[in-house]
Amino acid sequence: MRQMTGARMVVQALKDQGVEVVFGYPGGAVLPIYDEIFQQNDIKHILVRHEQGAVHMAEGYARSTGKPGVALVTSGPGATNAVTGLTDALMDSIPLIVISGQVPTFMIGTDGFQEADTVGITRPCTKMNWLVKDTAKLAETLHQAFHVATHGRPGPVLIDIPKDVQFATADYTPREAAKVSHYQPRVRGDEALIAKLVDLIETAERPVFYTGGGVINSGRTASTLLRDLVAETDFPITSTLMGLGSYPASGKNWLGMLGMHGLYEANLAMHGCDVMINIGARFDDRITGRIKDFSPHSKKVHIDIDPSSINKVVRVDVGIVGDVTLVLEEVLRQWRARGSKTNRAALPKWWAQITEWRAVKCLTYKNSSTVIKPQYALERLEALTKGMDRYITTEVGQHQMWAAQFLGFEDPHRWMTSGGLGTMGYGLPASIGVQVAHPDALVINVAGEASWLMNMQEMGTAMQFRAPVKQFILNNERLGMVRQWQELLHGERYSSSWSEALPDFVKLAEAFGCKGIRIDDPADLDEAIKEMLAYNGPVIFDCRVEKHENCFPMIPSGKPHNEMLLGDADTQGVIGAKGAVLV
Amino acid sequence: MSALNIKKGSSSHSAYELRDPNGDLIESHTLAVVVDNESGVLARVIGLFSGRGYNIDSLTVAEVDHEGHLSRITVVTRGTPPVIAQIKAQLDRLVPVHEVHDLTAEGPSVQRELALFKVAGRGEARIEALRLAEIFRANVVDSTLESFVFEMTGTPEKIDAFADLMRPLGLREIARTGVAALARGA
Repeated sequence: MRQMTGARMVVQALKDQGVEVVFGYPGGAVLPIYDEIFQQNDIKHILVRHEQGAVHMAEGYARSTGKPGVALVTSGPGATNAVTGLTDALMDSIPLIVISGQVPTFMIGTDGFQEADTVGITRPCTKMNWLVKDTAKLAETLHQAFHVATHGRPGPVLIDIPKDVQFATADYTPREAAKVSHYQPRVRGDEALIAKLVDLIETAERPVFYTGGGVINSGRTASTLLRDLVAETDFPITSTLMGLGSYPASGKNWLGMLGMHGLYEANLAMHGCDVMINIGARFDDRITGRIKDFSPHSKKVHIDIDPSSINKVVRVDVGIVGDVTLVLEEVLRQWRARGSKTNRAALPKWWAQITEWRAVKCLTYKNSSTVIKPQYALERLEALTKGMDRYITTEVGQHQMWAAQFLGFEDPHRWMTSGGLGTMGYGLPASIGVQVAHPDALVINVAGEASWLMNMQEMGTAMQFRAPVKQFILNNERLGMVRQWQELLHGERYSSSWSEALPDFVKLAEAFGCKGIRIDDPADLDEAIKEMLAYNGPVIFDCRVEKHENCFPMIPSGKPHNEMLLGDADTQGVIGAKGAVLV
Repeated sequence: MSALNIKKGSSSHSAYELRDPNGDLIESHTLAVVVDNESGVLARVIGLFSGRGYNIDSLTVAEVDHEGHLSRITVVTRGTPPVIAQIKAQLDRLVPVHEVHDLTAEGPSVQRELALFKVAGRGEARIEALRLAEIFRANVVDSTLESFVFEMTGTPEKIDAFADLMRPLGLREIARTGVAALARGA
């Protein structure tokens, strides 16, 4: 056993766990760890400008690689600033290890300088957290933290380390010597329940696959298996916001995203199906709309690694607890062994119905030759970046929904967005985290100007670490989604939903030392996008778009899927008082 | 939901569906939860209940395996069958939780609670209190000329019944441990 200080143990344990990058910000209570980071070259440290940025960067890193992200923050404000990122990662099941400094053990509870009850504050927003009071237990706890973050349903964990524990010396426990955790969630699905699913696959007249982030979290093999299953059954497939890319957008069975701003054909297929196969999604309220009327005539199957997800919101007929990869392997094995049967008499009729729904072309919008429509900007971005090694992050709001509708994702881990928590300010730091993981790739943050301003300080990080992230800001000088709801639900009283005193984004870019592009004429859009793509460095792209565009299709709150709105034609009075509150 | 003063059948004051479809089928369940005996684990369990809006009627906790660092939490909770199922699933996914048993659902169980009652009085009332205590098999663990402290072990219902009887006889204070429970049989 090697003796070392707690601070060195932190760095050693990170190395043992294969960590390459840490996103962090120093402060008094983590100085010993920063001193150790300084004296080695295996782990790269990315200095952020705000701890929230560090956690979102770690999320971007994790979502785009499938590996856990690591952030390092100091005590007190460092830890409290990390709370939003932790909650975001918890909601979207992203594996993170956040290490926080703490005042020395003998000062805990005395309201010391930069003291906060970090484990108390972060208990509800982490999968697990630990306050380590003994250096001898530190290495073991760090290894345990990685195990917990990455096993079962992934999630963020936090280890709070008092400064005296960092200074003290003890034996280092290597990864192999760490005791086996009792935390071993079930990953293999029940074979008898899987047989019931196979029964349903064989007989379904109007089936639909409804997939989510769990497919992506399960690893690349899960996406491959899903593609095999879809190809061999020829069933239609839709996905939540979190699951985009697990089935390719160019695939012929792809219905597009479902949910509140999902595609007409996807939502109507969900409403009209007789067998719904949920793979790694969780019946979020943005998906289901009014529960009572959610897919009323279907048998529902739910595959989820988290037993508490099953029957939490929607009662299902078959609930299979397990890892998507292992469950899909078993589904394919059983179904193939039984002859790969589907209801071939009924499926063509179902597809004919879907073709009719597709013909509605629900994403149609009225383009303009004088003003850039946000949808058009994204269509051009999609066309001009197609086939590139491309990663997309977003902020939260209208632009996020349009990005999900108009950009196509062919592979998992290419789309990083804040789904569950809906964190404005996520996209810019997340894009930097993605770029750090994939230095040669094209990383674009599709943003709204309001969200983007929330963490714009991280442009400094992008500059310092030469992360050539492209900030594609759809600038409508409005909090677009808020404005849309106010138009539809609050008598067009636009309370605090426009952005006054916006900065000059081009000058802002120059102030940070990167490139700024402003564009407001649709005729110049392609050239501007090409200029952005060609620039070797970060770009702030200020795309001035139509200020009052609404995001459609839209399932009004309190309405079932089959009552979705398709466009501006008649939105007045569609949402009643009951719906207004569901926003 | 009545606490939120929402008219039955209306959801017009909330961002979410508030009507519980099984609102009338509230059941009481006793859960035994075996957890790592580490700092913060009780806060984690209680935080789960408060954070997700579940009820705690009674809660006891103590270490039961010193070498294995395991504690047993016995919690009595109320809810509709889906809510009870959800509570169990949510408890079970907590990292320091080893086992969750629904003693109400898994078969017959023994449930006991210990309570201390301070009863003050003179004359007839005092004699009556002592007589009732004998009937209930409560022990006198402290006595002055003007008061008794009774100790009693029993089901929560028995303790409630004894408290009701003592109230007119000068009941001053009650201390209860909350329910400890085990499944019957091996």
